[in-house]
Amino acid sequence: MASKLVRHRHLRALSSSSISINNHIRSPHFSNPNRAPLSFSYRLFSNASSSSSSSGGFQRPSSLKDLELAKFAAIAETWWDSEGPFKPLHVMNPTRLAFIRSTLCRHFSKDPNSAKPFEGLKIVDVGCGGGILSEPLARMGATVTGVDAVEKNIKIARIHADLDPVTSTIEYCCTTAEKLVEEDRKFDAVIALEVIEHVANPAEFCKSLAALTVPDGATVISTINRSMRSYATAIVAAEYLLHWLPKGTHEWSSFLTPEELVLILQRANITVREMAGFVYNPLTGRWSLSDDISVNFIAFGTKNCQ
Amino acid sequence: MHLTMFCTRVIARILYVNVSRLKVRHKHFCTDAATRVSGSNCGQPSPEHKETHDISNNIQHYDIAIVGGGMVGMALACSLASMPLTKHLNVAIIDSNPALGSRPYFNKDDPPDPRVSTVTPATISFFKDVGAWQYVEQHRHAYFDKMQVWDYTGLGYTRYNAQDINKEVLGCVVENKVLHGSLLSCIENTDFQKTIYPSRLSSMTLHPSPSSLGMDSTSSRPPLSSQRHLAKLELSDGNSLYTKLVVGADGGKSCVRELAGFKTTGWNYSQNAIICTVEHTIENGCAWQRFLPAGPIALLPMGDNFSNIVWTMNPKESTNRKLMNEDEFVKDVNNALDYGYGPHPTSSLFGSGEMFSWPRAGVTLSANDCFEVPPKVVKLASERLVFPLSLRHASDYVSKHVVLIGDAAHTVHPLAGQGVNMGFGDAFALSRVIAEGIAVGSDIGEVTMLKKYEAERKPANIMMMAILDGFQKAYSVDFGPLNILRAAALHGAHFISPIKRSIISYASGEQKLPLFT
Ligand SMILES: Cc1cc2nc3c(=O)[nH]c(=O)nc-3n(C[C@H](O)[C@H](O)[C@H](O)COP(=O)(O)OP(=O)(O)OC[C@H]3O[C@@H](n4cnc5c(N)ncnc54)[C@H](O)[C@@H]3O)c2cc1C
Ligand SMILES: C[S@@+](CC[C@H](N)C(=O)[O-])C[C@H]1O[C@@H](n2cnc3c(N)ncnc32)[C@H](O)[C@@H]1O
Repeated sequence: MASKLVRHRHLRALSSSSISINNHIRSPHFSNPNRAPLSFSYRLFSNASSSSSSSGGFQRPSSLKDLELAKFAAIAETWWDSEGPFKPLHVMNPTRLAFIRSTLCRHFSKDPNSAKPFEGLKIVDVGCGGGILSEPLARMGATVTGVDAVEKNIKIARIHADLDPVTSTIEYCCTTAEKLVEEDRKFDAVIALEVIEHVANPAEFCKSLAALTVPDGATVISTINRSMRSYATAIVAAEYLLHWLPKGTHEWSSFLTPEELVLILQRANITVREMAGFVYNPLTGRWSLSDDISVNFIAFGTKNCQ
Repeated sequence: MHLTMFCTRVIARILYVNVSRLKVRHKHFCTDAATRVSGSNCGQPSPEHKETHDISNNIQHYDIAIVGGGMVGMALACSLASMPLTKHLNVAIIDSNPALGSRPYFNKDDPPDPRVSTVTPATISFFKDVGAWQYVEQHRHAYFDKMQVWDYTGLGYTRYNAQDINKEVLGCVVENKVLHGSLLSCIENTDFQKTIYPSRLSSMTLHPSPSSLGMDSTSSRPPLSSQRHLAKLELSDGNSLYTKLVVGADGGKSCVRELAGFKTTGWNYSQNAIICTVEHTIENGCAWQRFLPAGPIALLPMGDNFSNIVWTMNPKESTNRKLMNEDEFVKDVNNALDYGYGPHPTSSLFGSGEMFSWPRAGVTLSANDCFEVPPKVVKLASERLVFPLSLRHASDYVSKHVVLIGDAAHTVHPLAGQGVNMGFGDAFALSRVIAEGIAVGSDIGEVTMLKKYEAERKPANIMMMAILDGFQKAYSVDFGPLNILRAAALHGAHFISPIKRSIISYASGEQKLPLFT
């Protein structure tokens, strides 16, 4: 109880820009009990060439991790089956959209009572998969671009979005964040949910996201924490016991902790202003937002001007 | 403990990060680079995609089609019209009832219609929220703050007072046509986009084949396991329309329920109710209910010197009483509400309750109220309507694109006047779930969203139905000597305040699970 309060107060403090430097802070390095600090910093701060353990040491300035992509391509047909492998994303969707709605409405001074509060905002959904997130964003009025590295996902997303005139306006393309940067695309908000744990180099990936964001624009990222609890719930329970996710969907060692995410975003010139956890209640089968960030968490940041 | 440490560390690190930000700041220089609309392989939807929606362009598309513009269907429409997140919805209302086509007009001098509802404080506040109660108040309505329940054995009685539950009223009796007309007036006075189809639903296609929607049916596309098309409704006048969500508000014999293939459970009681309006020489300010060997008789205040009668009995008796002459009927009613079938209950008859040793703590004020005899009926003021009692409940309220509300989902006998209140509760819950769905960009025909409505309403409705059925069972059989237990139950309810309070608050729609909280 008390611990939650502490954390909560802290998360609040994040959103206020004047954070005083505290004398008690004396831990410049990360010591995660679950992982050797060395290998961790190696992975995070190495450059792209030394990062790809699973793409066979193939050097390219890209976030792609072929093995990860193959896993998604294999189950692409099931994106819109709300009882299928992507069920967790479907069930979590209202909760994470509630977070996005409230943070973006506040940041862009949009009317929270409007049915289409995102009207006038250009949003890119990076790693959009079948469009589970892109479609609600379009219904909320945003001009949405969805990109994914897997061609099959984009095809599924296109067909599904075309079923409804409102979502048929979504621009889908099979590409990566880096390529969009090369094309000099800019968006008011850049969103990448449940993607960063699948990319080869999270730090580079965040830099691409930042480069796509207009000054004072927003970036929203969600992922799974690298904690013992996340190992237990996200991998053992979701993949092996409940069979929600195909086995091997997640590689625990590539998960980021909230503080790591904040740090790499900071280095990419994005200041995290709000963070929340998702907790699952097995009795109601629902997810809700909480200050418990120990398993799934979502962060909202803004791009620093200049 | 462990968690606390973790959190403190998080704080420390994030603060550290914020400090370090000062150093890296200058690295990025944001430019206002012009944004290009289409990148390399990014395509806007191709023309063939556009076409898919125009193929059926002579058929209207709606967000929601409400089948059945009765009290509950109109309550849903009003609620949608009143909320910022739903008022933009494009809604069709399908009902051949001519009342929907005309501005409601009621002559104050006409005696009240016998079709009335006892609306609970929860329903009243719902009507106030949507802006419809002001129209009810312009017409005849009767608040009551007292209720007396007793039975023919003369052993027990109980009186309820609004002040027992810190309320000003226990409920309000309103003619159904006034409730309906008020909802109609309320919606007429908004700029809500609604289209009324004066017709009836005749068929419904929930999952049109892809080709019927002009969808690309060329081979290579993988099958989508949950296709999200529109539902197509065909009406008896030959019109048809497409909609994202079909709301079945078409009453106990719901056509939507049948076409969507929802199963129901239920039974008919071999009982009928006679309803009619009666007149007194004075104004009645209390709701009365007396249990007779064949079923209860209720006398509800209707305003002025009028009351409403809902009298349950076996079918043969009901036929007789419908056909008998007025004077005889009035005599029967007065008899049933006074000395007929048994003596008045007196507290002395029941002793001081020692037989059952009821706890005496927390005796409410009304426990000291004396038994009263209802005002005499002097005249029959309407025709006598007879209808059979039944209980019916749909095993599901929702499926993809379809949702049931009101009597379409559950029909109860009017014993406690709960029928329509349950329906208003449904309408309110559904409109809120839709608003919440719209807030997060959900597709309003999506079943996971609709399931939230079902999860909220089903337990509440089943509980209410079980209570009403229990009441019905307990009072429809003459247990002879066992009547004393029934009387004890009534008497007990009279004295055990906390339980009684929750019984009343449940009946007035304030509480969800009275028996377990
Ligand atoms: C005779 C009678 C007396 C009652 N007395 C009481 C009472 O005293 N107290 C109480 O609380 N409750 C009473 N009830 C129950 C109460 O009236 C209902 O609970 C309430 O009317 C339910 O409202 P509803 O809108 O769900 O359904 P309804 O009022 O039945 O409305 C259904 C609407 O759907 C329309 N419809 C039906 N089929 C189609 C179709 N295929 N296409 C298009 N439209 C269609 C009908 O025209 C109607 O307007 C009584 C019911 C009856 C039948
Ligand atoms: C778990 S899914 C999340 C889908 C979607 N963002 C959501 O939350 O509903 C991860 C998606 O990211 C895509 N992906 C993985 N690495 C990527 C990369 N480097 N660039 C773009 N997309 C990537 C995968 O193809 C997959 O569709």
